[in-house]
Amino acid sequence: MTGNAPASSQAPKKAPAKKSNRALRNNLTAYSFIAPNFIGFCIFTLVPMVFAIGLSFCNWDGVHPVEFNGLGNFAALLKDATFKTAFVNTIVYCLGTVPLTLVCSLGLALLLNQNVKLRNFFRTVSFFPYVASLVAVAAVWNMIFSPSMGPVNMILSALGVENLPRWAAGKDTAMITVILFSVWKNMGYYMVIYLAGLQGTNPSLEEAAALDGANKWHIFRHITLPQLRPTTFFVTITLTIASFKVYDQMYMITQGGPGNATITLVYDIYNIAFVNTPKYGYASAVAMVLFAMVLIITLIQFKGSSNDN
Amino acid sequence: MKEKKLSNKKTNHAITMVIIYAVLILITAAMLIPFIWMLSASVKMNKDVFSFPIEWIPSNPRWQNYVDIWTKIPLLTFVKNSAKLTIIVTLLQLFTSSFAAYAFAKMNFKGKNILFLGYIATIAVPWQAYMVPQFMMMRSWHLNNTHLAIIFLQAFSAFGVFLMKQFYEGVPSELCEAARIDGLTEYGIWFKIMLPLSKPALSTLTIFTFVNTWNDFLGPLIYLTRNELKTIQIGLRMFISQYSAEYGLIMAASVIALIPVLIVFLSLQKYFVQGVASTGLKG
Repeated sequence: MTGNAPASSQAPKKAPAKKSNRALRNNLTAYSFIAPNFIGFCIFTLVPMVFAIGLSFCNWDGVHPVEFNGLGNFAALLKDATFKTAFVNTIVYCLGTVPLTLVCSLGLALLLNQNVKLRNFFRTVSFFPYVASLVAVAAVWNMIFSPSMGPVNMILSALGVENLPRWAAGKDTAMITVILFSVWKNMGYYMVIYLAGLQGTNPSLEEAAALDGANKWHIFRHITLPQLRPTTFFVTITLTIASFKVYDQMYMITQGGPGNATITLVYDIYNIAFVNTPKYGYASAVAMVLFAMVLIITLIQFKGSSNDN
Repeated sequence: MKEKKLSNKKTNHAITMVIIYAVLILITAAMLIPFIWMLSASVKMNKDVFSFPIEWIPSNPRWQNYVDIWTKIPLLTFVKNSAKLTIIVTLLQLFTSSFAAYAFAKMNFKGKNILFLGYIATIAVPWQAYMVPQFMMMRSWHLNNTHLAIIFLQAFSAFGVFLMKQFYEGVPSELCEAARIDGLTEYGIWFKIMLPLSKPALSTLTIFTFVNTWNDFLGPLIYLTRNELKTIQIGLRMFISQYSAEYGLIMAASVIALIPVLIVFLSLQKYFVQGVASTGLKG
Protein backbone atom coordinates (compact mmCIF):
# COMPACT_ATOMS: atom_id res chain seq x y z
CA MET A 1 0.00 0.00 0.00
CA THR A 2 2.65 2.50 1.09
CA GLY A 3 4.70 1.66 -1.95
CA ASN A 4 1.90 2.92 -4.09
CA ALA A 5 1.64 6.20 -2.27
CA PRO A 6 4.27 8.15 -4.24
CA ALA A 7 2.78 7.01 -7.49
CA SER A 8 -0.70 8.12 -6.54
CA SER A 9 0.59 11.47 -5.35
CA GLN A 10 2.24 11.97 -8.69
CA ALA A 11 -0.79 10.96 -10.67
CA PRO A 12 -3.02 13.99 -10.00
CA LYS A 13 -0.32 16.27 -11.42
CA LYS A 14 -0.15 14.43 -14.72
CA ALA A 15 -3.76 13.33 -15.04
CA PRO A 16 -5.42 16.67 -15.97
CA ALA A 17 -2.97 17.24 -18.81
CA LYS A 18 -3.38 13.68 -20.02
CA LYS A 19 -7.14 13.82 -19.59
CA SER A 20 -7.55 17.09 -21.49
CA ASN A 21 -5.24 15.77 -24.16
CA ARG A 22 -7.44 12.73 -24.53
CA ALA A 23 -10.58 14.84 -24.46
CA LEU A 24 -9.15 17.06 -27.18
CA ARG A 25 -8.25 14.08 -29.30
CA ASN A 26 -11.69 12.63 -28.72
CA ASN A 27 -13.29 15.93 -29.74
CA LEU A 28 -11.18 16.11 -32.87
CA THR A 29 -12.11 12.57 -33.82
CA ALA A 30 -15.78 13.37 -33.33
CA TYR A 31 -15.48 16.53 -35.44
CA SER A 32 -13.79 14.55 -38.18
CA PHE A 33 -16.84 12.27 -38.25
CA ILE A 34 -19.23 15.17 -38.54
CA ALA A 35 -17.17 17.37 -40.85
CA PRO A 36 -17.96 15.81 -44.26
CA ASN A 37 -21.68 16.22 -43.77
CA PHE A 38 -21.64 19.38 -41.68
CA ILE A 39 -19.37 21.44 -43.94
CA GLY A 40 -21.49 20.63 -46.97
CA PHE A 41 -24.64 21.25 -45.01
CA CYS A 42 -23.37 24.65 -43.76
CA ILE A 43 -22.26 25.91 -47.16
CA PHE A 44 -25.19 24.69 -49.21
CA THR A 45 -28.06 24.90 -46.73
CA LEU A 46 -27.31 27.11 -43.74
CA VAL A 47 -25.63 29.98 -45.61
CA PRO A 48 -28.34 30.28 -48.31
CA MET A 49 -30.98 30.23 -45.57
CA VAL A 50 -29.45 33.24 -43.83
CA PHE A 51 -28.85 34.84 -47.23
CA ALA A 52 -32.57 34.38 -48.04
CA ILE A 53 -33.68 36.29 -44.96
CA GLY A 54 -31.30 39.17 -45.75
CA LEU A 55 -32.25 39.23 -49.42
CA SER A 56 -35.95 39.60 -48.65
CA PHE A 57 -35.20 43.11 -47.36
CA CYS A 58 -33.27 44.09 -50.48
CA ASN A 59 -33.72 44.79 -54.17
CA TRP A 60 -31.50 42.84 -56.50
CA ASP A 61 -31.70 41.93 -60.17
CA GLY A 62 -28.45 39.97 -60.17
CA VAL A 63 -26.68 42.61 -62.31
CA HIS A 64 -26.74 45.86 -60.37
CA PRO A 65 -25.46 46.12 -56.78
CA VAL A 66 -27.72 44.92 -53.99
CA GLU A 67 -29.83 47.72 -52.59
CA PHE A 68 -31.37 47.74 -49.11
CA ASN A 69 -35.11 48.20 -49.32
CA GLY A 70 -36.35 47.69 -45.75
CA LEU A 71 -39.89 46.37 -45.71
CA GLY A 72 -40.52 47.58 -49.25
CA ASN A 73 -40.79 44.08 -50.71
CA PHE A 74 -43.32 43.04 -48.11
CA ALA A 75 -45.36 46.20 -48.65
CA ALA A 76 -45.36 45.47 -52.39
CA LEU A 77 -46.61 41.92 -51.70
CA LEU A 78 -49.82 43.30 -50.23
CA LYS A 79 -50.63 45.05 -53.51
CA ASP A 80 -49.53 42.17 -55.76
CA ALA A 81 -52.57 40.46 -57.29
CA THR A 82 -50.55 37.45 -58.54
CA PHE A 83 -49.13 36.89 -55.07
CA LYS A 84 -52.61 37.06 -53.55
CA THR A 85 -53.92 34.53 -56.07
CA ALA A 86 -50.94 32.27 -55.41
CA PHE A 87 -51.47 32.52 -51.66
CA VAL A 88 -55.21 31.76 -51.88
CA ASN A 89 -54.60 28.89 -54.32
CA THR A 90 -52.02 27.33 -51.99
CA ILE A 91 -54.54 27.44 -49.14
CA VAL A 92 -57.32 26.02 -51.35
CA TYR A 93 -55.02 23.20 -52.48
CA CYS A 94 -54.14 22.51 -48.85
CA LEU A 95 -57.80 22.45 -47.76
CA GLY A 96 -58.59 20.11 -50.65
CA THR A 97 -55.74 17.62 -50.40
CA VAL A 98 -55.24 17.29 -46.65
CA PRO A 99 -58.68 15.97 -45.60
CA LEU A 100 -59.14 13.91 -48.76
CA THR A 101 -55.72 12.22 -48.53
CA LEU A 102 -56.23 11.67 -44.81
CA VAL A 103 -59.59 9.93 -45.24
CA CYS A 104 -58.45 7.83 -48.21
CA SER A 105 -55.20 6.69 -46.59
CA LEU A 106 -56.90 5.88 -43.29
CA GLY A 107 -59.66 3.97 -45.05
CA LEU A 108 -57.20 1.97 -47.09
CA ALA A 109 -55.08 1.23 -44.01
CA LEU A 110 -58.15 -0.01 -42.12
CA LEU A 111 -59.01 -2.35 -45.01
CA LEU A 112 -55.47 -3.69 -45.25
CA ASN A 113 -55.28 -4.12 -41.49
CA GLN A 114 -57.99 -6.81 -41.79
CA ASN A 115 -56.99 -10.38 -42.29
CA VAL A 116 -56.93 -10.15 -46.10
CA LYS A 117 -55.01 -12.29 -48.54
CA LEU A 118 -52.45 -10.67 -50.86
CA ARG A 119 -52.02 -7.90 -48.30
CA ASN A 120 -48.46 -7.14 -49.42
CA PHE A 121 -49.53 -7.00 -53.03
CA PHE A 122 -52.27 -4.44 -52.29
CA ARG A 123 -49.86 -2.42 -50.15
CA THR A 124 -47.15 -2.38 -52.82
CA VAL A 125 -49.59 -1.40 -55.54
CA SER A 126 -51.02 1.53 -53.63
CA PHE A 127 -47.54 2.67 -52.70
CA PHE A 128 -46.18 2.62 -56.22
CA PRO A 129 -47.63 5.95 -57.46
CA TYR A 130 -45.76 7.65 -54.61
CA VAL A 131 -42.33 6.53 -55.86
CA ALA A 132 -43.15 6.81 -59.55
CA SER A 133 -41.68 9.69 -61.53
CA LEU A 134 -43.99 12.69 -61.38
CA VAL A 135 -43.23 13.71 -64.96
CA ALA A 136 -44.19 10.29 -66.25
CA VAL A 137 -47.38 9.82 -64.27
CA ALA A 138 -48.46 13.42 -64.92
CA ALA A 139 -48.08 12.71 -68.64
CA VAL A 140 -50.46 9.74 -68.40
CA TRP A 141 -52.83 11.68 -66.19
CA ASN A 142 -52.96 14.48 -68.78
CA MET A 143 -53.85 12.00 -71.51
CA ILE A 144 -56.44 10.09 -69.47
CA PHE A 145 -58.11 13.34 -68.42
CA SER A 146 -57.75 15.04 -71.79
CA PRO A 147 -61.03 16.98 -72.23
CA SER A 148 -61.49 16.19 -75.93
CA MET A 149 -60.02 12.69 -76.35
CA GLY A 150 -59.31 11.22 -72.91
CA PRO A 151 -60.92 7.94 -71.89
CA VAL A 152 -62.44 9.49 -68.74
CA ASN A 153 -64.53 11.94 -70.73
CA MET A 154 -65.28 9.24 -73.31
CA ILE A 155 -66.73 7.07 -70.57
CA LEU A 156 -68.66 10.01 -69.11
CA SER A 157 -70.06 10.86 -72.50
CA ALA A 158 -71.00 7.20 -73.12
CA LEU A 159 -72.85 7.36 -69.80
CA GLY A 160 -74.81 10.31 -71.14
CA VAL A 161 -73.16 13.18 -69.28
CA GLU A 162 -73.78 16.31 -71.35
CA ASN A 163 -71.55 19.06 -69.97
CA LEU A 164 -68.27 17.18 -69.95
CA PRO A 165 -65.78 18.60 -67.44
CA ARG A 166 -62.77 20.29 -69.03
CA TRP A 167 -60.47 19.04 -66.20
CA ALA A 168 -57.03 20.71 -66.33
CA ALA A 169 -58.18 23.11 -69.04
CA GLY A 170 -61.21 24.45 -67.19
CA LYS A 171 -60.93 27.44 -64.87
CA ASP A 172 -63.15 25.83 -62.24
CA THR A 173 -61.95 22.26 -62.57
CA ALA A 174 -58.17 22.77 -62.91
CA MET A 175 -57.53 22.86 -59.16
CA ILE A 176 -59.80 19.86 -58.56
CA THR A 177 -57.88 17.90 -61.21
CA VAL A 178 -54.56 18.66 -59.50
CA ILE A 179 -56.00 17.79 -56.08
CA LEU A 180 -57.32 14.44 -57.35
CA PHE A 181 -53.93 13.72 -58.89
CA SER A 182 -52.12 14.53 -55.63
CA VAL A 183 -54.43 12.33 -53.58
CA TRP A 184 -53.94 9.46 -56.02
CA LYS A 185 -50.16 9.88 -55.99
CA ASN A 186 -49.59 10.31 -52.26
CA MET A 187 -52.22 8.30 -50.40
CA GLY A 188 -50.10 5.14 -50.40
CA TYR A 189 -47.38 6.85 -48.41
CA TYR A 190 -49.72 7.99 -45.65
CA MET A 191 -51.46 4.61 -45.72
CA VAL A 192 -48.18 3.01 -44.66
CA ILE A 193 -47.88 5.47 -41.78
CA TYR A 194 -51.45 4.65 -40.72
CA LEU A 195 -50.74 0.91 -40.95
CA ALA A 196 -47.82 1.41 -38.58
CA GLY A 197 -50.10 3.40 -36.28
CA LEU A 198 -52.68 0.61 -36.34
CA GLN A 199 -50.00 -1.88 -35.28
CA GLY A 200 -49.64 0.19 -32.13
CA THR A 201 -53.33 0.02 -31.17
CA ASN A 202 -54.59 -2.43 -28.61
CA PRO A 203 -56.83 -5.06 -30.32
CA SER A 204 -58.22 -6.37 -27.02
CA LEU A 205 -60.07 -3.08 -26.52
CA GLU A 206 -61.85 -3.60 -29.84
CA GLU A 207 -62.62 -7.22 -29.05
CA ALA A 208 -64.07 -6.24 -25.68
CA ALA A 209 -66.28 -3.62 -27.31
CA ALA A 210 -67.44 -6.13 -29.93
CA LEU A 211 -68.40 -8.56 -27.16
CA ASP A 212 -70.37 -5.76 -25.51
CA GLY A 213 -72.35 -5.51 -28.75
CA ALA A 214 -70.89 -2.31 -30.18
CA ASN A 215 -71.23 -2.11 -33.96
CA LYS A 216 -68.25 -1.64 -36.27
CA TRP A 217 -68.77 2.09 -36.75
CA HIS A 218 -68.94 2.70 -32.99
CA ILE A 219 -65.83 0.63 -32.40
CA PHE A 220 -63.99 2.62 -35.04
CA ARG A 221 -65.31 5.98 -33.90
CA HIS A 222 -64.82 5.56 -30.14
CA ILE A 223 -62.01 3.05 -29.79
CA THR A 224 -59.77 2.83 -32.88
CA LEU A 225 -59.81 6.48 -33.90
CA PRO A 226 -58.87 7.89 -30.46
CA GLN A 227 -55.93 5.48 -30.31
CA LEU A 228 -54.77 6.74 -33.72
CA ARG A 229 -54.79 10.38 -32.59
CA PRO A 230 -50.95 10.81 -32.61
CA THR A 231 -50.74 9.27 -36.09
CA THR A 232 -53.55 11.45 -37.42
CA PHE A 233 -51.85 14.51 -35.94
CA PHE A 234 -48.54 13.62 -37.59
CA VAL A 235 -50.16 12.87 -40.95
CA THR A 236 -52.11 16.14 -40.88
CA ILE A 237 -48.99 18.17 -40.13
CA THR A 238 -46.87 16.44 -42.77
CA LEU A 239 -49.58 16.75 -45.40
CA THR A 240 -50.13 20.44 -44.61
CA ILE A 241 -46.46 21.30 -44.90
CA ALA A 242 -46.12 19.31 -48.12
CA SER A 243 -49.16 21.06 -49.59
CA PHE A 244 -47.66 24.49 -48.87
CA LYS A 245 -44.61 23.53 -50.94
CA VAL A 246 -46.56 22.24 -53.93
CA TYR A 247 -45.28 23.24 -57.35
CA ASP A 248 -44.31 20.34 -59.63
CA GLN A 249 -47.85 18.97 -59.93
CA MET A 250 -49.15 22.30 -61.20
CA TYR A 251 -46.17 22.80 -63.48
CA MET A 252 -46.85 19.50 -65.19
CA ILE A 253 -50.62 19.32 -65.26
CA THR A 254 -51.85 22.88 -65.64
CA GLN A 255 -48.74 25.09 -66.01
CA GLY A 256 -50.34 27.25 -63.32
CA GLY A 257 -53.32 27.97 -65.56
CA PRO A 258 -55.79 28.52 -66.97
CA GLY A 259 -54.91 32.15 -66.30
CA ASN A 260 -53.52 31.94 -62.80
CA ALA A 261 -56.09 29.44 -61.56
CA THR A 262 -53.53 26.99 -60.18
CA ILE A 263 -50.50 29.18 -59.52
CA THR A 264 -49.02 28.53 -56.05
CA LEU A 265 -46.53 30.30 -53.79
CA VAL A 266 -43.56 28.24 -54.99
CA TYR A 267 -44.75 28.69 -58.57
CA ASP A 268 -44.78 32.44 -57.96
CA ILE A 269 -41.24 32.33 -56.49
CA TYR A 270 -40.02 30.35 -59.49
CA ASN A 271 -41.61 32.75 -61.98
CA ILE A 272 -40.28 35.87 -60.23
CA ALA A 273 -36.73 34.54 -59.96
CA PHE A 274 -36.23 32.40 -63.06
CA VAL A 275 -38.85 33.20 -65.70
CA ASN A 276 -39.56 36.93 -65.65
CA THR A 277 -36.95 39.69 -65.30
CA PRO A 278 -35.34 38.44 -62.09
CA LYS A 279 -36.30 40.18 -58.86
CA TYR A 280 -34.36 38.06 -56.38
CA GLY A 281 -35.17 40.21 -53.35
CA TYR A 282 -38.87 40.12 -54.12
CA ALA A 283 -38.77 36.35 -54.72
CA SER A 284 -37.15 35.95 -51.30
CA ALA A 285 -39.93 38.01 -49.71
CA VAL A 286 -42.49 35.54 -51.12
CA ALA A 287 -40.24 32.74 -49.86
CA MET A 288 -40.38 34.25 -46.37
CA VAL A 289 -44.19 34.05 -46.45
CA LEU A 290 -43.88 30.36 -47.33
CA PHE A 291 -41.33 29.90 -44.56
CA ALA A 292 -43.60 31.64 -42.02
CA MET A 293 -46.50 29.34 -42.97
CA VAL A 294 -44.37 26.22 -42.54
CA LEU A 295 -42.94 27.59 -39.29
CA ILE A 296 -46.41 28.10 -37.81
CA ILE A 297 -47.38 24.50 -38.61
CA THR A 298 -44.07 23.23 -37.21
CA LEU A 299 -44.65 25.14 -33.96
CA ILE A 300 -48.14 23.62 -33.71
CA GLN A 301 -46.55 20.21 -34.20
CA PHE A 302 -43.93 20.95 -31.56
CA LYS A 303 -46.60 22.01 -29.08
CA GLY A 304 -48.85 19.08 -29.94
CA SER A 305 -46.18 16.42 -29.55
CA SER A 306 -44.89 17.88 -26.28
CA ASN A 307 -48.48 17.79 -24.97
CA ASP A 308 -48.64 14.11 -25.88
CA ASN A 309 -45.55 13.37 -23.88
CA MET B 1 -81.46 -20.92 -32.09
CA LYS B 2 -77.86 -20.47 -31.08
CA GLU B 3 -76.67 -22.27 -34.15
CA LYS B 4 -78.74 -20.04 -36.36
CA LYS B 5 -77.23 -16.95 -34.75
CA LEU B 6 -73.79 -18.38 -35.29
CA SER B 7 -74.40 -19.12 -38.95
CA ASN B 8 -75.91 -15.64 -39.29
CA LYS B 9 -72.69 -14.26 -37.92
CA LYS B 10 -70.75 -16.38 -40.35
CA THR B 11 -72.67 -15.12 -43.37
CA ASN B 12 -72.31 -11.59 -42.02
CA HIS B 13 -68.58 -12.10 -41.85
CA ALA B 14 -68.52 -13.51 -45.37
CA ILE B 15 -70.44 -10.50 -46.67
CA THR B 16 -68.02 -8.12 -44.95
CA MET B 17 -65.06 -9.88 -46.51
CA VAL B 18 -66.66 -9.72 -49.96
CA ILE B 19 -67.18 -5.98 -49.56
CA ILE B 20 -63.59 -5.50 -48.33
CA TYR B 21 -62.16 -7.36 -51.30
CA ALA B 22 -64.43 -5.51 -53.72
CA VAL B 23 -63.25 -2.14 -52.39
CA LEU B 24 -59.62 -3.27 -52.38
CA ILE B 25 -59.83 -4.44 -55.97
CA LEU B 26 -61.46 -1.16 -56.96
CA ILE B 27 -58.67 0.86 -55.31
CA THR B 28 -55.99 -1.35 -56.81
CA ALA B 29 -57.53 -0.80 -60.23
CA ALA B 30 -57.53 2.96 -59.69
CA MET B 31 -53.87 2.79 -58.68
CA LEU B 32 -52.78 0.53 -61.53
CA ILE B 33 -54.90 1.62 -64.50
CA PRO B 34 -52.77 4.70 -65.29
CA PHE B 35 -49.68 2.48 -65.42
CA ILE B 36 -51.38 -0.16 -67.55
CA TRP B 37 -52.69 2.56 -69.85
CA MET B 38 -49.13 3.92 -70.10
CA LEU B 39 -47.73 0.50 -71.03
CA SER B 40 -50.47 -0.13 -73.53
CA ALA B 41 -50.18 3.31 -75.17
CA SER B 42 -46.40 2.99 -75.36
CA VAL B 43 -46.75 0.35 -78.09
CA LYS B 44 -49.49 2.08 -80.08
CA MET B 45 -49.56 4.37 -83.08
CA ASN B 46 -50.39 7.95 -82.13
CA LYS B 47 -53.76 7.74 -83.83
CA ASP B 48 -54.72 4.61 -81.85
CA VAL B 49 -53.77 5.88 -78.40
CA PHE B 50 -57.14 7.51 -77.79
CA SER B 51 -59.32 5.02 -79.65
CA PHE B 52 -62.45 4.23 -77.70
CA PRO B 53 -63.41 1.68 -76.38
CA ILE B 54 -59.89 1.25 -75.05
CA GLU B 55 -57.87 -1.52 -76.66
CA TRP B 56 -55.84 -2.60 -73.64
CA ILE B 57 -53.70 -5.09 -75.52
CA PRO B 58 -52.92 -3.61 -78.96
CA SER B 59 -53.59 -6.14 -81.74
CA ASN B 60 -50.37 -5.25 -83.55
CA PRO B 61 -48.05 -3.67 -80.99
CA ARG B 62 -45.69 -1.04 -82.35
CA TRP B 63 -42.42 -1.95 -80.61
CA GLN B 64 -40.70 0.53 -82.90
CA ASN B 65 -41.65 3.25 -80.36
CA TYR B 66 -39.04 1.86 -78.00
CA VAL B 67 -36.42 2.08 -80.75
CA ASP B 68 -37.38 5.50 -82.08
CA ILE B 69 -37.39 7.18 -78.70
CA TRP B 70 -33.59 6.85 -78.37
CA THR B 71 -32.98 8.75 -81.60
CA LYS B 72 -35.77 11.31 -81.32
CA ILE B 73 -34.22 12.79 -78.16
CA PRO B 74 -30.82 12.14 -76.51
CA LEU B 75 -32.53 9.76 -74.09
CA LEU B 76 -29.37 7.77 -73.45
CA THR B 77 -27.55 10.93 -72.33
CA PHE B 78 -30.44 11.79 -70.01
CA VAL B 79 -30.50 8.31 -68.50
CA LYS B 80 -26.72 8.34 -68.06
CA ASN B 81 -26.83 11.75 -66.38
CA SER B 82 -29.58 10.66 -64.03
CA ALA B 83 -27.80 7.41 -63.21
CA LYS B 84 -24.51 9.20 -62.55
CA LEU B 85 -26.09 11.83 -60.30
CA THR B 86 -28.25 9.32 -58.45
CA ILE B 87 -25.36 6.95 -57.73
CA ILE B 88 -22.96 9.68 -56.61
CA VAL B 89 -25.54 11.44 -54.43
CA THR B 90 -26.69 8.18 -52.84
CA LEU B 91 -23.14 7.06 -52.02
CA LEU B 92 -22.18 10.46 -50.63
CA GLN B 93 -25.38 10.63 -48.62
CA LEU B 94 -24.81 7.16 -47.15
CA PHE B 95 -21.22 7.93 -46.26
CA THR B 96 -21.56 11.43 -44.80
CA SER B 97 -24.82 10.68 -42.96
CA SER B 98 -23.72 7.46 -41.32
CA PHE B 99 -20.33 8.99 -40.50
CA ALA B 100 -21.82 12.06 -38.80
CA ALA B 101 -24.58 10.04 -37.14
CA TYR B 102 -22.00 7.81 -35.48
CA ALA B 103 -20.43 10.77 -33.67
CA PHE B 104 -23.84 12.13 -32.65
CA ALA B 105 -25.06 8.76 -31.38
CA LYS B 106 -22.00 7.16 -29.82
CA MET B 107 -19.45 9.85 -28.89
CA ASN B 108 -19.32 12.64 -26.35
CA PHE B 109 -17.74 15.85 -27.51
CA LYS B 110 -17.86 19.58 -27.02
CA GLY B 111 -20.64 21.37 -28.87
CA LYS B 112 -22.57 18.18 -29.68
CA ASN B 113 -25.94 19.60 -28.67
CA ILE B 114 -25.45 22.91 -30.46
CA LEU B 115 -24.36 21.24 -33.68
CA PHE B 116 -27.28 18.87 -33.56
CA LEU B 117 -29.64 21.77 -32.89
CA GLY B 118 -28.27 23.31 -36.08
CA TYR B 119 -29.59 20.32 -37.99
CA ILE B 120 -32.94 20.23 -36.19
CA ALA B 121 -33.56 23.95 -36.67
CA THR B 122 -33.17 23.71 -40.43
CA ILE B 123 -35.20 20.59 -41.07
CA ALA B 124 -38.37 22.69 -40.87
CA VAL B 125 -37.16 25.21 -43.44
CA PRO B 126 -38.46 24.26 -46.88
CA TRP B 127 -35.83 24.12 -49.61
CA GLN B 128 -38.11 26.23 -51.81
CA ALA B 129 -37.67 29.10 -49.34
CA TYR B 130 -33.93 29.38 -49.96
CA MET B 131 -33.53 27.91 -53.44
CA VAL B 132 -33.14 31.39 -54.95
CA PRO B 133 -30.14 32.57 -52.87
CA GLN B 134 -28.68 29.07 -53.17
CA PHE B 135 -28.83 29.39 -56.93
CA MET B 136 -27.24 32.87 -56.81
CA MET B 137 -24.42 31.46 -54.69
CA MET B 138 -23.77 28.50 -56.97
CA ARG B 139 -23.90 30.76 -60.01
CA SER B 140 -21.30 33.10 -58.52
CA TRP B 141 -19.04 30.05 -58.22
CA HIS B 142 -19.89 29.12 -61.84
CA LEU B 143 -21.56 25.93 -60.70
CA ASN B 144 -24.79 26.49 -62.63
CA ASN B 145 -24.94 24.10 -65.56
CA THR B 146 -22.71 21.59 -63.79
CA HIS B 147 -23.64 18.29 -62.23
CA LEU B 148 -21.63 19.28 -59.19
CA ALA B 149 -24.37 21.76 -58.24
CA ILE B 150 -27.00 18.99 -58.09
CA ILE B 151 -24.64 16.79 -56.09
CA PHE B 152 -23.97 19.55 -53.56
CA LEU B 153 -27.67 20.26 -53.42
CA GLN B 154 -28.67 16.72 -52.53
CA ALA B 155 -25.79 15.01 -50.81
CA PHE B 156 -25.74 16.59 -47.36
CA SER B 157 -29.20 16.31 -45.90
CA ALA B 158 -30.12 16.67 -42.27
CA PHE B 159 -32.68 13.92 -42.86
CA GLY B 160 -30.01 11.28 -43.47
CA VAL B 161 -28.17 12.18 -40.28
CA PHE B 162 -31.43 11.92 -38.31
CA LEU B 163 -32.36 8.58 -39.76
CA MET B 164 -28.96 7.03 -39.11
CA LYS B 165 -28.64 8.56 -35.65
CA GLN B 166 -32.00 7.12 -34.65
CA PHE B 167 -30.86 3.68 -35.73
CA TYR B 168 -27.41 3.88 -34.12
CA GLU B 169 -28.94 4.87 -30.80
CA GLY B 170 -30.67 1.51 -30.79
CA VAL B 171 -27.35 -0.33 -30.99
CA PRO B 172 -26.11 -1.10 -27.45
CA SER B 173 -23.22 1.17 -26.43
CA GLU B 174 -21.54 -1.80 -24.70
CA LEU B 175 -20.59 -3.11 -28.15
CA CYS B 176 -18.62 0.07 -28.84
CA GLU B 177 -17.10 0.07 -25.36
CA ALA B 178 -15.91 -3.51 -25.76
CA ALA B 179 -14.40 -2.67 -29.13
CA ARG B 180 -12.63 0.37 -27.69
CA ILE B 181 -11.10 -1.83 -24.97
CA ASP B 182 -9.98 -4.22 -27.69
CA GLY B 183 -8.08 -1.32 -29.18
CA LEU B 184 -10.27 -0.48 -32.16
CA THR B 185 -10.23 3.19 -33.17
CA GLU B 186 -13.50 5.08 -33.54
CA TYR B 187 -13.17 4.80 -37.32
CA GLY B 188 -12.67 1.07 -36.92
CA ILE B 189 -15.78 0.77 -34.76
CA TRP B 190 -17.81 2.70 -37.32
CA PHE B 191 -16.55 0.61 -40.20
CA LYS B 192 -16.34 -2.86 -38.67
CA ILE B 193 -19.22 -2.80 -36.18
CA MET B 194 -21.73 -0.06 -36.91
CA LEU B 195 -21.89 -0.25 -40.70
CA PRO B 196 -22.52 -4.02 -40.89
CA LEU B 197 -25.17 -3.71 -38.17
CA SER B 198 -26.99 -0.84 -39.83
CA LYS B 199 -27.92 -2.52 -43.11
CA PRO B 200 -31.68 -1.93 -42.62
CA ALA B 201 -31.17 1.79 -41.96
CA LEU B 202 -28.71 2.10 -44.83
CA SER B 203 -31.19 0.37 -47.14
CA THR B 204 -33.93 2.77 -46.06
CA LEU B 205 -31.69 5.76 -46.69
CA THR B 206 -30.57 4.30 -50.03
CA ILE B 207 -34.08 3.93 -51.35
CA PHE B 208 -35.22 7.33 -50.10
CA THR B 209 -32.21 9.08 -51.63
CA PHE B 210 -32.32 7.06 -54.83
CA VAL B 211 -36.00 7.76 -55.45
CA ASN B 212 -35.70 11.43 -54.53
CA THR B 213 -32.67 12.09 -56.70
CA TRP B 214 -33.92 10.09 -59.67
CA ASN B 215 -37.30 11.82 -59.58
CA ASP B 216 -36.06 15.30 -58.63
CA PHE B 217 -37.47 17.92 -60.93
CA LEU B 218 -37.18 21.49 -59.66
CA GLY B 219 -33.46 21.28 -58.81
CA PRO B 220 -32.30 20.12 -62.25
CA LEU B 221 -34.87 22.42 -63.87
CA ILE B 222 -33.24 25.46 -62.27
CA TYR B 223 -29.61 24.42 -62.61
CA LEU B 224 -29.32 22.42 -65.83
CA THR B 225 -30.27 24.28 -69.01
CA ARG B 226 -27.82 22.65 -71.42
CA ASN B 227 -29.18 19.56 -73.17
CA GLU B 228 -26.14 17.37 -72.62
CA LEU B 229 -26.43 17.86 -68.84
CA LYS B 230 -30.16 17.28 -68.41
CA THR B 231 -31.56 14.46 -66.32
CA ILE B 232 -34.23 12.04 -67.48
CA GLN B 233 -37.03 13.97 -65.73
CA ILE B 234 -36.13 17.29 -67.35
CA GLY B 235 -35.44 15.60 -70.67
CA LEU B 236 -38.77 13.78 -70.58
CA ARG B 237 -40.58 17.01 -69.72
CA MET B 238 -38.80 18.81 -72.57
CA PHE B 239 -39.83 16.05 -74.96
CA ILE B 240 -43.45 16.26 -73.81
CA SER B 241 -43.61 20.00 -74.41
CA GLN B 242 -41.82 19.80 -77.77
CA TYR B 243 -43.69 16.85 -79.27
CA SER B 244 -46.97 17.00 -77.39
CA ALA B 245 -48.78 14.91 -80.04
CA GLU B 246 -46.27 12.03 -80.06
CA TYR B 247 -48.39 10.13 -77.56
CA GLY B 248 -46.88 6.71 -78.15
CA LEU B 249 -43.31 7.95 -77.85
CA ILE B 250 -44.09 10.01 -74.75
CA MET B 251 -45.49 6.93 -73.05
CA ALA B 252 -42.52 4.78 -74.12
CA ALA B 253 -40.10 7.34 -72.66
CA SER B 254 -42.21 7.49 -69.49
CA VAL B 255 -42.00 3.73 -69.08
CA ILE B 256 -38.21 3.94 -69.40
CA ALA B 257 -38.09 6.72 -66.79
CA LEU B 258 -40.05 4.52 -64.37
CA ILE B 259 -38.07 1.29 -64.68
CA PRO B 260 -35.04 2.03 -62.44
CA VAL B 261 -37.23 3.23 -59.58
CA LEU B 262 -39.51 0.23 -60.02
CA ILE B 263 -36.54 -2.14 -59.71
CA VAL B 264 -35.07 -0.41 -56.66
CA PHE B 265 -38.48 -0.09 -55.04
CA LEU B 266 -39.47 -3.71 -55.53
CA SER B 267 -36.14 -5.07 -54.34
CA LEU B 268 -35.87 -2.83 -51.27
CA GLN B 269 -39.53 -2.18 -50.54
CA LYS B 270 -39.46 -3.93 -47.18
CA TYR B 271 -36.98 -1.33 -45.94
CA PHE B 272 -38.91 1.49 -47.55
CA VAL B 273 -42.09 0.53 -45.75
CA GLN B 274 -40.17 0.15 -42.48
CA GLY B 275 -38.50 3.50 -43.00
CA VAL B 276 -41.74 5.34 -43.73
CA ALA B 277 -43.36 3.70 -40.74
CA SER B 278 -40.55 4.55 -38.32
CA THR B 279 -40.12 8.16 -39.46
CA GLY B 280 -43.89 8.48 -39.17
CA LEU B 281 -44.07 7.15 -35.67
CA LYS B 282 -41.21 9.16 -34.26
CA GLY B 283 -42.43 12.32 -35.94
